[in-house]
Amino acid sequence: MRPQRTLSPATLWALGLWLALFFAPLVAGRFAVYLLGVILVTGLLAMSLNLLVGHGGAYQFHHAAFYGVGAYTAALCITKTGLPAWAGLAAGPLAAALAGLLIGSLCIRLNKLYFGMIQISLGSLLWILALRWYSLTNGDDGIHGIPLPEAIAGPGGAFACILAAVGLCLLAMHRILASPFGTTLRAIRDNPQRCAAVGIDVRRHQLAAIVIATFFAGVAGSLFVVLEGSVFPDMLFWVYSLEIFIMCLLGGWFTFFGPMLGAAIIVLLRTLVGGMTEYWTLVLGVVLIGLIFFLPEGIMGIGHRLRLYRRRAAGAPSPRENGHAAG
Amino acid sequence: MLRVEGLCKAFADFQAVNGASLTVRPGDLVAVIGPNGAGKTTLFNLITGHLQADRGSIRFKGEEIGRLPAHEICRRGIARSFQIANIFPRLSVFENVQVAVLSAKGLSRNLFRPTRRLVLRETESILERVGLQNRRVDLAGSLSHGDKRILEIAIALGNEPELLILDEPTAGMSPEETAATLELIRRLARDQGLTLLFCEHDMEVVFNVATSIMVMQHGMTLVQGPPEEVRANPVVQEAYLGRE
Repeated sequence: MRPQRTLSPATLWALGLWLALFFAPLVAGRFAVYLLGVILVTGLLAMSLNLLVGHGGAYQFHHAAFYGVGAYTAALCITKTGLPAWAGLAAGPLAAALAGLLIGSLCIRLNKLYFGMIQISLGSLLWILALRWYSLTNGDDGIHGIPLPEAIAGPGGAFACILAAVGLCLLAMHRILASPFGTTLRAIRDNPQRCAAVGIDVRRHQLAAIVIATFFAGVAGSLFVVLEGSVFPDMLFWVYSLEIFIMCLLGGWFTFFGPMLGAAIIVLLRTLVGGMTEYWTLVLGVVLIGLIFFLPEGIMGIGHRLRLYRRRAAGAPSPRENGHAAG
Repeated sequence: MLRVEGLCKAFADFQAVNGASLTVRPGDLVAVIGPNGAGKTTLFNLITGHLQADRGSIRFKGEEIGRLPAHEICRRGIARSFQIANIFPRLSVFENVQVAVLSAKGLSRNLFRPTRRLVLRETESILERVGLQNRRVDLAGSLSHGDKRILEIAIALGNEPELLILDEPTAGMSPEETAATLELIRRLARDQGLTLLFCEHDMEVVFNVATSIMVMQHGMTLVQGPPEEVRANPVVQEAYLGRE
């Protein structure tokens, strides 16, 4: 479907944009480059969530927990062990994937909303750990001034590192979604019962998807450490999970790049409008209401809707709405 | 090939299937008939592992499959279609069938090869056999009801089944669509040596197509035999076909 048919030109554009962004620190100011870094890290996190939500149809309600696990693992490895910083940054995604495997195997036995609820509970346990285990995590102060290798310690180096890593992750995710694993994942999203009837072990497949998605969330966590040099418990708070969920819906959850676009919009809204008024979430609320009414498939879902209208205009039978708009 | 004996399944107080028996030999076209609520769909759900039986045995090629989950039963060679169009609405018609073929070939978990280059010939050939080759790029959710039902059969064929179970394959179809679907079912059985088990309300369809008919009532098997024998059976006439 879409990732294969229309993404080849889009992939070229994305590749060009990616390469061009490496020159951003030469032309843009320090704050703009930092903001770009925030968008990239947040966007990667949202896209990793969308592997499960938009492509997998799973109710992954507390994805931020795995982001936090990645970030805290990296931060603790670097500050509390003698391991080189690079090893710490690599440990982040691995720990997140492990947490994904553990929490995922508990959640996967349950269906839909129950899956989401139990995940919020287990994820909140991790949040409490980060918040209350003072001797290890410094509690709500977080961990600051995490020493990084010289190459990525400055803003330019950090940005290059983030851009390179996000690019590689997006490439990997794109390959995964275009593989039989990805096609089967979308089939499970559409109809798990039918998938079981064609011989697919639905739960194992979804668990594998959770491990993959939480791995990428962990990468985003490690990159957050690279970007900010600090971690704090709010990263694991369930409200933040809601925020990245909204990014997916806003950008277009049935598309590949949609969540990145959603992340960019929310980060910019928070920074620009948040600079003017502390009620920036009011603007977000209005945007969301408009979204639900006019673009139930997100901004990048417009293309899909246009195709449907064109087909309808061409006289083909009108496609029935198929339950996804309600999600 | 398939042998069901003394199968029972209750939902709360309701005994949906209560001592059903069924024999399917290789090459058979077995029809299950019975009034609404006789337990036909429940019986099929039990055979394909979507429900677990309370009692009784289901043996496929000599192996007891009553306790296996649905995907394991599918891997042993039983594929099915559902009574309501059960497809992948946001995938293309081609991908709908491809998913089943990938699964049959054990490729579902492959992460590294692009789907668009895999099992193309197999998928294409199935679409041609059922006559959906011109709709391959359309989203499955945009097909007409009749075409969705056909696509369902195509998905089931993607599993390369030995036994194909069809739950009311012509339900909700126009007379023309019904005729075309019947022809398709007959052709599939003939050309591919498929063994078929199906249930159907339309008696004309049943007596036209089936080589063996099993009559169910109140979850029980009344009789199973060749069409002439079933038609002549006084109990069946009393219970279901209605006296002339």
